[in-house]
Amino acid sequence: MTTIEASPAAAPARKRSAPKPMEETIEFYGNVPNENEGKHFRYCPGCGLGIAQSAIMRAFERLELDPKEIVTVGGSGCYAVMGSYYQASQAHMGHGRAAAMGTAIKLCRPDLTVVTLQGDGDALAIGAQHFVHAARRNIDITVIVFNNFVYGETGGQHGPTTPRETITQTSPYGMVENDFDVVDIALGSGAGYAARTTVYHAQHMVRAIEGAIQHKGFSVVEILQNCHELWGKRNGMPTAPDMLKWYKDNSITAARAAKLEPEDILGKFIIGTWTGPERPELGEEWRKLVDRVQGGEVEAAKRGSGKPPALA
Amino acid sequence: MDLNILERLKLPSEGIRVADRRLLQGNESICEGAIAAGVRFYAGYPITPCTEIAEQMSIRQAAVGGVYLQMEDEVGSIHAVMGASLTGTKSMTATAGPGISLMQDGIGWAQTDEIPALIVNVQRAGPGLGNATRSGQMDIMQARWGPNGDREAIVLSPSTVEESFWLTLKAVNLSERFQTGVITVPEGLVGLMREVVDIPDYDTVPIETRLMPDDEGAADPSRIYDGTMTEIRPFAAVGTEHRSINGNWMRPETDATHGVRMPLTGLSAQDYNIRRLHHKITKRRDEVTFVEEVYTDDAEVLLIAFGTQARTARFAVDQLREKGVKAGLLRLITLFPFPEEIVQRAAANANLVIVPEMNMGQIRGEVTRVLRQHPAEIVGVNHVDSTYIEPDEIMELVPVAARHLEGAAV
Ligand SMILES: Cc1ncc(C[n+]2csc(CCOP(=O)(O)OP(=O)(O)O)c2C)c(N)n1
Ligand code: SF4
Ligand SMILES: [Mg+2]
Repeated sequence: MTTIEASPAAAPARKRSAPKPMEETIEFYGNVPNENEGKHFRYCPGCGLGIAQSAIMRAFERLELDPKEIVTVGGSGCYAVMGSYYQASQAHMGHGRAAAMGTAIKLCRPDLTVVTLQGDGDALAIGAQHFVHAARRNIDITVIVFNNFVYGETGGQHGPTTPRETITQTSPYGMVENDFDVVDIALGSGAGYAARTTVYHAQHMVRAIEGAIQHKGFSVVEILQNCHELWGKRNGMPTAPDMLKWYKDNSITAARAAKLEPEDILGKFIIGTWTGPERPELGEEWRKLVDRVQGGEVEAAKRGSGKPPALA
Repeated sequence: MDLNILERLKLPSEGIRVADRRLLQGNESICEGAIAAGVRFYAGYPITPCTEIAEQMSIRQAAVGGVYLQMEDEVGSIHAVMGASLTGTKSMTATAGPGISLMQDGIGWAQTDEIPALIVNVQRAGPGLGNATRSGQMDIMQARWGPNGDREAIVLSPSTVEESFWLTLKAVNLSERFQTGVITVPEGLVGLMREVVDIPDYDTVPIETRLMPDDEGAADPSRIYDGTMTEIRPFAAVGTEHRSINGNWMRPETDATHGVRMPLTGLSAQDYNIRRLHHKITKRRDEVTFVEEVYTDDAEVLLIAFGTQARTARFAVDQLREKGVKAGLLRLITLFPFPEEIVQRAAANANLVIVPEMNMGQIRGEVTRVLRQHPAEIVGVNHVDSTYIEPDEIMELVPVAARHLEGAAV
């Protein structure tokens, strides 16, 4: 975690209703008549996904979003069942494809709130190409990356965010590969909003998600989420509280980090919100183009009729 | 307008008005057929020999108020197509060999999760990267069996540019009616050749739209479960009054959209649904089976061909008839579900069945399977060098005609 570039920023000003008790949130979003009725959560006890899910629901609620206008698109991973615990429409399908599907959903239905629920493996290994290109296109969707450093669903193998030297099911001697920085990739690919938070920082997490949904354009929220079962146990933090404490003790806000020397923030999680330069949003640009084509203002260019571009 | 094309594809022709007559490229004809059918979302990654579909769609979708989205690869393309379809938008992609291989994951999802989509594979020749600019018929069994798991697939093959228009429209209609990913396999030759097409007024063509929860009769619980394994359920698009849940094909008891649940859970639900993915199509085989028959009534020598190679086969049949051989042609427009009964009927009088195709015998394998009780000899003419099969090569296999050919050579 080394993101100190770009501009740490406060989340944009947002419309927000007064906080409500969680029971009301659950009543509104979580009352889903489906196979989960009367059953416990399918996450391991203490898994950070539960906290993350409540933060997502709270963010929806604070923004007063109608569940009918929300679509969550997800891939494969422990979070894949999340969509079945609340009212919004859900497409939880192929591993890694959520950003591609979400892009199309948003293009066809710009009025909907499209949020993808992905893991570190889903978003940045098998689906990395869709992630960076959705960011480049600046399509107005929010990508939530549950970063637990491993492939939880398949038993804890290493992934693109596994910290060097840590033990996983497929790095039994310690991880020799380098890891990705989710926020850096997001900003470097063109995202206008990227946030990092942890499941310890529950309130910050809600605000980060709210800000991301409100941001017009592609936004990413990386949630550092404890998988004590598969990663923690192999790396000296066998319980959920162990890992939450680890997040608490090792996180520094971006604002504070900016004032510290590089060696003081080495190995720390820099949490906060970063904004990139404002860029045109794909959906808006496409709709403008359609209007101009249909209005007869522009015709498809003929071969050989181009001019050299004025490169910015 | 060639009414035979519409009749063969079981498309009603009443009321269709011809608006224009143009020399169209096959790829263009495919685009126009899709747009006429209501396709308003195209995602793809360019590849020869169907780059013109992408180029044409980038012009046309903007003009008709749809979306053209060039994806980062074919995996993204097919998933974008499904994303668009989840909103109720008719959507399609087009690709060729290497791309269709990458798409198998998504095609499987579309067929299994019952998301209407059109997938066009303008076939190039060869495995691997293949031979980009050459035509082939080598992705036939892949079209049926490419994705993992067991599900039925509808696969259609056009043989002319004009037929490509209507076949594409029909493929979109079927994808909506059966809620599945329908695959068409025009060959590179069809995609790139130009022929005259009568273009209809798009407001007058017969189009179909998937059953939605608010449609008449959709709330009927038998739509969700009636024990026949043939139900096609109302499609709850995202962003409507009805909660849309996708990716749960195995667990129909989660089907909250309809407020009605299947009385099955777990493995029995899985079993029911996999059978249903087959039966919903095979038990309505008539609606998806299209063929062209030429002198099959009394054919003693039966040619079974598809796509462009049926055009040369047709020529061979005429030549054979002139020589007094009772030859006939069964042209398969529907490749899958394989038209078993029609093949059996057409072969009833045959003592020789010839299957010319530009692969090592993929359709011949199917023919052999369905004629396993039949005494006729079944032979193939197989080209894999991207040259087209000549009528003489077919005629050489027929003893009477072969004698004649030898005589001519002397
Ligand atoms: C195409 C494909 N390859 C592999 C898998 C197996 N698989 C399922 S989830 C997963 C890893 C998920 O990792 P991540 O996205 O980090 O989610 P987590 O389980 O850690 O929450 C893998 C490899 C799959 N479902 N599909
Ligand atoms: S394996 Fe890890 S990420 Fe998955 S549910 Fe269990 S604790 Fe959570
Ligand atoms: Mg993970």
